[in-house]
Amino acid sequence: MTSRQLSKFAARAGFWLLVALIVVIAVFPFYYAIKTSFTPSSDLFRVELWPTRATLANYVQIFSQRSFLQAIFNSVLVATSVVFIALLLGITASYALGRVRFRGRTSVLLIILGVSMFPQVAVLSGLFEVIRALNLYNNPGGLILSYTIFTLPFTVWVLTTFMRQLPLELEEAAIMDGATPWVTITKVFLPLMWPAMATTGLLAFIAAWNEFLFALTFTLTDSQRTVPVAIALLSGGSAYELPWAPIMAASVVVTVPLVVLVIIFQRRIVSGLTAGAVKG
Amino acid sequence: MSTPVTESAPIPARPLPASYRSTKVRRQRVRAAWLFLAPMLVTLAMVAGWPLLRTFYFSFTDASLSDMSDTLFIGLENYLVYDDGRWFGVLADPIWWRAVWNTVYFSVVSVSLEVVFGVIVALVLNAEFKGRTLVRAAVLIPWAIPTIVSAQMWAWMLNDQFGIINHLLMAFGIIASPIAWTADANYSMWAVIMVDVWKTTPFVALLVLAALQMLPKDCYEAAEVDGIHPVKVFFRVTLPLITPALMVAVIFRLLDALRVFDVIYVLTSNSTSTMSMSIYARQQLVEFQDVGYGSAASTLLFLIIALATIAYLYLGRKQLQLGGD
Repeated sequence: MTSRQLSKFAARAGFWLLVALIVVIAVFPFYYAIKTSFTPSSDLFRVELWPTRATLANYVQIFSQRSFLQAIFNSVLVATSVVFIALLLGITASYALGRVRFRGRTSVLLIILGVSMFPQVAVLSGLFEVIRALNLYNNPGGLILSYTIFTLPFTVWVLTTFMRQLPLELEEAAIMDGATPWVTITKVFLPLMWPAMATTGLLAFIAAWNEFLFALTFTLTDSQRTVPVAIALLSGGSAYELPWAPIMAASVVVTVPLVVLVIIFQRRIVSGLTAGAVKG
Repeated sequence: MSTPVTESAPIPARPLPASYRSTKVRRQRVRAAWLFLAPMLVTLAMVAGWPLLRTFYFSFTDASLSDMSDTLFIGLENYLVYDDGRWFGVLADPIWWRAVWNTVYFSVVSVSLEVVFGVIVALVLNAEFKGRTLVRAAVLIPWAIPTIVSAQMWAWMLNDQFGIINHLLMAFGIIASPIAWTADANYSMWAVIMVDVWKTTPFVALLVLAALQMLPKDCYEAAEVDGIHPVKVFFRVTLPLITPALMVAVIFRLLDALRVFDVIYVLTSNSTSTMSMSIYARQQLVEFQDVGYGSAASTLLFLIIALATIAYLYLGRKQLQLGGD
């Protein structure tokens, strides 16, 4: 082997080592959570890479808790409703922002951008008051309402980017046929926007599913909590003795659907996340 | 979750050509545009605009969580007041300043690390190799995991007695005795940073990867023909070309990091050694029921983030160029 071949070989080996390192760091914590979730609580003091005795007891335990099932139901309800509202309001708004030229458009875009950069804590006390006034405290409705603060701006933004890219001719033809803007949206654009809506909807769903601060603050009782709060507040007999195995089982249950979705739709998600960043 | 990135806002509208812009159609379209925007604007006003104004207002009152209607206007007392030879208020509270410092430290360190690791991961994913799609899917996993869950996962791995990290470090002889990662003030901030970097590096990597894939191939071919060392090519060609995408990623990560809440709340709870501004404000607001004082802290947090954004946009000379009009 010449020195040139040798250095080339070293470079390739180094590259594969880097790839392996990246994969291990990315995947290992999740793998370890899965492993822990199948380990009997009595075996947790032994640190091992795979369980010597696998058990489903932790899953049985969390699924026999009514509050955990209720939390999953609440999370699904909240996240789906938020996605539905954000898409409904977003698609019409993005038509206005993406296809029509009117005075005040720049200001509206700036407002949307401003809201998406908001620290959530800054609206906490004001929103608390609004939610109590609407009688939505300790109720999934309050979370659905408050989650629009972060899902709506980016839904509008990403959909606007996609809406802009649709060909002009479509709209011209619709106008020639005397279609009103509403008909243009529902009959012409909507069928073409499904991929974009799936992407944004998925991202909004993940954001709503993962939200913690509002969910922690605007709910009080176990029956109204969402999954992240339920997992954060799972506790054992004492403060020093957390039920790690059931916590990991609950974590795996709420994470696996997300991971599967993300892996299936990874192309879509990447394009949604970067929409505007590079296409703009 | 991180907000999707929106490059300094260049989304010009795509108007119809002049021939179609007869006044009637045009007027109808503008009217429809405002009609379509109305529900969204009303919702945003209800969940963002109005609550923000109310927070500003509460910060000048003695409102408490149990009764927010019967409040007294007390001016700047929540911020700073001199009473009986001592200063009171958020601005006189050393714990608040500690929280400010913690947040800034956390943001700067974690975002810097994320940028470095994000670029490395993006460069790897940009190379052609077998199984690239699988590696990309693996990299997306931390991003897909809810912050709360990832904080719990790491809390377990960092557990002082049974955690695998202490176990491995001791097995390799790096540390002699177990470290209480989340409880020991010397390490807890690093534990928080580590979890955040793990969770959000994929986001930065994806944005950088998207920018890398848009780079023109010819300058790389030219560089290869000229026999220029790849490291030099990276710093002279690649880095300047992906800087705009990096700037966007940094501002979004920075804004996210400055309002950090969940990861710290789960990992270290209310410990002052890692308390962030958001945690401080929420603690005053909800746990101590002091809406006035908590709102003052929230207002300060809002101002700090607004200032940071303006400074960043100014320093980065990234002007907001909203197209259209």
